[in-house]
Amino acid sequence: MSGLFSFTRLGALLVKEFIQMRRDRITFAMMLAVPLMQLVLFGYAINNDPKALPAAVVATSQDRYTRAVISALEITGYYRFDHVVRTVEEGERLMASGAVVFLVTIPSDFARRVDRDDDPTILIEADATDPAAASGAISTLGTVAASALARESGTVNARPSDIEIVVHRRYNPEGISQYNIVPGLLGVILQMTMVMMTSIALTRESERGTMENLLAMPASPIEIMLGKVLPYLIVGAVQVAVVLTAARLLFGIPFIGSVGLLLSAVLIFVFALVLLGYTISTIARTQMQALQLTFFFFLPSILLSGFMFPFRGMPDWAQWIGEVFPLTHFLRVIRAVMLKGAEFSAVAFETGILAAFVLIYSAVALTRFRRTLD
Amino acid sequence: MNAIEVAGLVKRFGGKTVVDNVSMTVAGGEIVGFLGPNGSGKTTTIRMMCGLLTPDAGQGRVLGYDLLREARKIKREVGYMTQRFSFYEDLTIEENLAFVARLYELAPAKAHVERALEELGMTSRRRQMAGTLSGGWKQRMALAACIMHKPRLLLLDEPTAGVDPQARREFWDEIHRLAADGLTVLVSTHYMDEAERCHRISYISYGKLIASGTVVEVVRDAKLATYVVSGADLAAIAASLKAAPGVEQVAPFGATLHVVGSDRAALERSLEPVAARDGVRVQEGETSLEDVFIQFMSRAEDNMR
Ligand SMILES: Nc1ncnc2c1ncn2[C@@H]1O[C@H](COP(=O)(O)OP(=O)(O)O)[C@@H](O)[C@H]1O
Ligand SMILES: [Mg+2]
Repeated sequence: MSGLFSFTRLGALLVKEFIQMRRDRITFAMMLAVPLMQLVLFGYAINNDPKALPAAVVATSQDRYTRAVISALEITGYYRFDHVVRTVEEGERLMASGAVVFLVTIPSDFARRVDRDDDPTILIEADATDPAAASGAISTLGTVAASALARESGTVNARPSDIEIVVHRRYNPEGISQYNIVPGLLGVILQMTMVMMTSIALTRESERGTMENLLAMPASPIEIMLGKVLPYLIVGAVQVAVVLTAARLLFGIPFIGSVGLLLSAVLIFVFALVLLGYTISTIARTQMQALQLTFFFFLPSILLSGFMFPFRGMPDWAQWIGEVFPLTHFLRVIRAVMLKGAEFSAVAFETGILAAFVLIYSAVALTRFRRTLD
Repeated sequence: MNAIEVAGLVKRFGGKTVVDNVSMTVAGGEIVGFLGPNGSGKTTTIRMMCGLLTPDAGQGRVLGYDLLREARKIKREVGYMTQRFSFYEDLTIEENLAFVARLYELAPAKAHVERALEELGMTSRRRQMAGTLSGGWKQRMALAACIMHKPRLLLLDEPTAGVDPQARREFWDEIHRLAADGLTVLVSTHYMDEAERCHRISYISYGKLIASGTVVEVVRDAKLATYVVSGADLAAIAASLKAAPGVEQVAPFGATLHVVGSDRAALERSLEPVAARDGVRVQEGETSLEDVFIQFMSRAEDNMR
């Protein structure tokens, strides 16, 4: 009957935790409303596909092909050619100052090459510090330019593949698109709520004085831990459902991979997060300290996980730090599964790392757990 | 078998010795009162006895289990009622009791909860939030929760603080009923009348156990002389006696004055001029437990200086 683990005792702790969760209306509402709010807020803020971005064209010749390409680009609505400059240096200055987002260079031999069918080239430099904006504009480029040329030359010569479009994404080589952002947002939102909620699990008991009673009764550390974190797995599951549904309905995010695989990965990730929060609560002495530790963890994990900035664009040491955050590994899994349709074998390693976090955090939390009030 | 047998318990917090070499024995079925001023180390001692604090030195057995190595077993058979209400205020009475019943794996939990609610007359309040209960009801609920698993030892830490006299009376009646069934009780308290309802008492001051025994023994061992002064102009007499040699306490009790000292001869000499006054009577009186405790407290203060 005693032993280190009993389902009856765990059940007692779970029931108690659920009742408390339900009674704490504000927190409960926050757990459901905040993710949705954040998704809509950030999703739209990042998802905007701005048109008429200021652009400059470096056109050394004013032949009819050049004019055709430029006007075709303008018609897409993405580009607004405010500046026509003569030299590349002039264009570079405009871009560095932020006056233009694109710099389109059409070489002087462009017309000649089109006529000779000799791989005409257009160079587009994009300020990718705002990558979501730049990517929409760039993606239309090839077809637009090619069909413009085709029309202009009255032949079918200029197939899209014939024009070589060289795109230089400046300042941000990876070029995150909004599709990249929304799945990542799921990870960030989960991390925020799960870690924060569980980080005060034990400190709240201590501050309310109920810890003394709990410790005086025969609950084992592992039962207390599971009793505290398991309810949040369910909250996490609800959040995942809300965010994924919204991602689909509001943003039309493609969902290529297996739902089962994705949900399993999410489950492991959420489990790691709640255990991380619980570990924090075994270290902090007050709720205030717990929240401070949580935020101390949040910022680097968001900045270095590859959510905000392309992971591979960071220096090695930063990548090493990034590897210690579950979010980093989760982002790889969810982007691979959701956007690229990856199979389990492709994400097995990263999923394994997430599972390792579960074990590590549990071990740390159980070692740190104080069975006494010392 | 003794329910509690601890020796040389020491607890320090940041270099300050809060419990200093405390030894205590409580026989099975006994009600022992644990007395001492605020901050003297009662709570700390009780916490060490139920495994909530690790002693820095000392050892002992509680219910036959080793204090240091068998804390889990001790916890299962001890009911500990904390000084501060430490059940869940955002749970109802019934939910709190059900939580406790399941944690102790009482089966069926529901039946145990029903019985506890009935025995304590709380069936009609079962759905009330524990946080909205008055002091007396909180205390009853806490007691009900603490004895639900039929512990063999009950540790009560100032259970009646902030509870009205009638509720206190009922509470003590309940304690005596439980003890009659064989439960051992160690109860800390501030109230003299409660001390007198215990089979034995122990008095702790600044972490040191300085007296223990029955109330009669403790009073006798204190070796105090007490005189009762009655008559006119007691306020002036009190003022004149305060600084007199041999006088350690002067306290008005209704229309009389209690004068207490440990040096009987000196006390009598100082009282002679008072007795000689017109209309003033000085009689030898009985030393009360309160006189003894006040004596303990002032002595301890002197030692600290
Ligand atoms: N966790 C703790 N950390 C530091 N000091 C403590 C702690 N618990 C109690 N004390 C100190 O120990 C002394 C005795 O406290 P306590 O045992 O609560 O006394 P009592 O219960 O007799 O009022 C007090 O001075 C108190 O401030
Ligand atoms: Mg106390």
